[in-house]
Amino acid sequence: MLEDLFNVVKTRWSGPEPSEGEKKAPDKAASIPKDLAFKCPRCLKVVMTDELVKNLKVCPHCGYHSRISAEERITITADKNSFREFDRDMLSKNPIDFPDYDLKQEELRKKTGLKDAVVTGECTIRSEKCVIGVMDSRYMMASMGSVVGEKITRAFEYATENRLPVIMFTASGGARMQEGIVSLMQMAKTSGAVAKHSDAGLLYISVMTDPTTGGVTASFASLGDIIIAEPKVLIGFAGRRVIEGTIKQKLPDDFQTAEFMLEHGFVDMIAERKNMRRTLAHILKLHKGG
Amino acid sequence: MENTNKLTPPERLELIRHKKRPTVRDYIPLIFDEFIEMHGDRLYGDDRAIIGGIAAMDGIPVTLIAEVKGRNLDENKESNFAMPHPEGYRKALRLAKQAEKFHRPVICFIDTPGAFCGIEAEQRGQGEAIARNIMEFMRLRTPVVSVVLGEGGSGGALALGVCDELAALENSIYSVISPRGFASILWKDDSREKEAASIMKITAEDMLSLGIAEVIIEEPLGGAQNDHSQTAENIHEFLYKTLCKKMKIDIDVLLNERYTKFRKIGEFSEP
Repeated sequence: MLEDLFNVVKTRWSGPEPSEGEKKAPDKAASIPKDLAFKCPRCLKVVMTDELVKNLKVCPHCGYHSRISAEERITITADKNSFREFDRDMLSKNPIDFPDYDLKQEELRKKTGLKDAVVTGECTIRSEKCVIGVMDSRYMMASMGSVVGEKITRAFEYATENRLPVIMFTASGGARMQEGIVSLMQMAKTSGAVAKHSDAGLLYISVMTDPTTGGVTASFASLGDIIIAEPKVLIGFAGRRVIEGTIKQKLPDDFQTAEFMLEHGFVDMIAERKNMRRTLAHILKLHKGG
Repeated sequence: MENTNKLTPPERLELIRHKKRPTVRDYIPLIFDEFIEMHGDRLYGDDRAIIGGIAAMDGIPVTLIAEVKGRNLDENKESNFAMPHPEGYRKALRLAKQAEKFHRPVICFIDTPGAFCGIEAEQRGQGEAIARNIMEFMRLRTPVVSVVLGEGGSGGALALGVCDELAALENSIYSVISPRGFASILWKDDSREKEAASIMKITAEDMLSLGIAEVIIEEPLGGAQNDHSQTAENIHEFLYKTLCKKMKIDIDVLLNERYTKFRKIGEFSEP
């Protein structure tokens, strides 16, 4: 798990090409075994992993909230033993017969223990009942294909029928390109389900985690009644490399961060991981009966 | 349809970039009796990549919203090569809500490589603007009919693509990302654009078989560029027929059908 995290953050900001900062300072990290240390992609400082884990995987130097698995997220968010998972065994097909898509998924299923990039279910948070969805970036960068779209849609439909609030922890590279146009349509499908839930007068809290981008930002992630972000995470529509390619210049480091989105009016608040459970429970309590 | 349906996806990609391929500016006078353009999103500015206003088609008042490809460099500079900023999508939504208020159906013409990717677009919330349009069009209480004229690229197209019926011009393409972007992201090589186009399933026939589009609008022999009037007439025929049909349906039934149209898209298995 931590090794995955380590690998993932290596490509954190600019995809497979390392950024300038990462090119300059790899030696120190390279000399420490991967499972013992974590290099923060924001401040580039190295943290011992046990220290990182103790700190809920938040960089102790700069406060960057690193990626955690769906299982870890549910563990630190839901009341103990309260989580009941929905649609656990749903598997995606290969709608455009994309070469090696099935194979890639099989490998990832083995490696991560996940069936696709989102886990949905119901739980209580400090005794407040809610429907919860958590995206897991280890699975194809939590891109949205048929399964992610269907599970999120069903979660909202279930919440609408049972008059429950929804909390979505979003993280995604965007639409799953291997499913072509079918993945694009999941944006419409999920947003339609959000609309019905909203029309029923029910609460939807979107919690943006690292990274929330592309078609997920351009659909259900941006449609929460209340939008919370974790500190220092990446939030945006277009990929950084794509924008740099368009404007032919390097973007400032704070571009497309949670703080950038707060400043521009697209998130309601930034909440630290250690306070998230309390924050969510508090908001749920204030919306009782809604 | 038999005329050109042997074209490969890369050939269609070339065709929709043909200099003479008609754009919305060519179609408006050929399809509508009149068009009064409206400007601005009332929040930030007026995006020239999307035009909108009130039009009349055979005497029926409609709201028209369209992405604008330029026919030359000057027009393309003005319309930013049909790549909208957030204010373009917000203008579209403002006009759509106005259509709802005055019980006019909405016609959307899709023709964009995608939403613009830039600093200001991010600052003004490109993602939020597209998300909002998708959600609001899903529950807009008036009929919505969309047509892909040339290029339907990504969320920038879907922002005008949530509708009761979608038609695709015979040689148009509709894709999750432009073939160039696809090649760049998956293979780190945007020169493999044609190869991407071939495997992405982006043609009008693909849209029909995947349940994305309901209708293919025939183009004249060799493509729309060869006969603007004929193409416009074909689009007009589709629009008139579809609007007459949709305007008769009770709006709650229509909204339910709209939800279901998108709800059923996706391919997965369950034990």
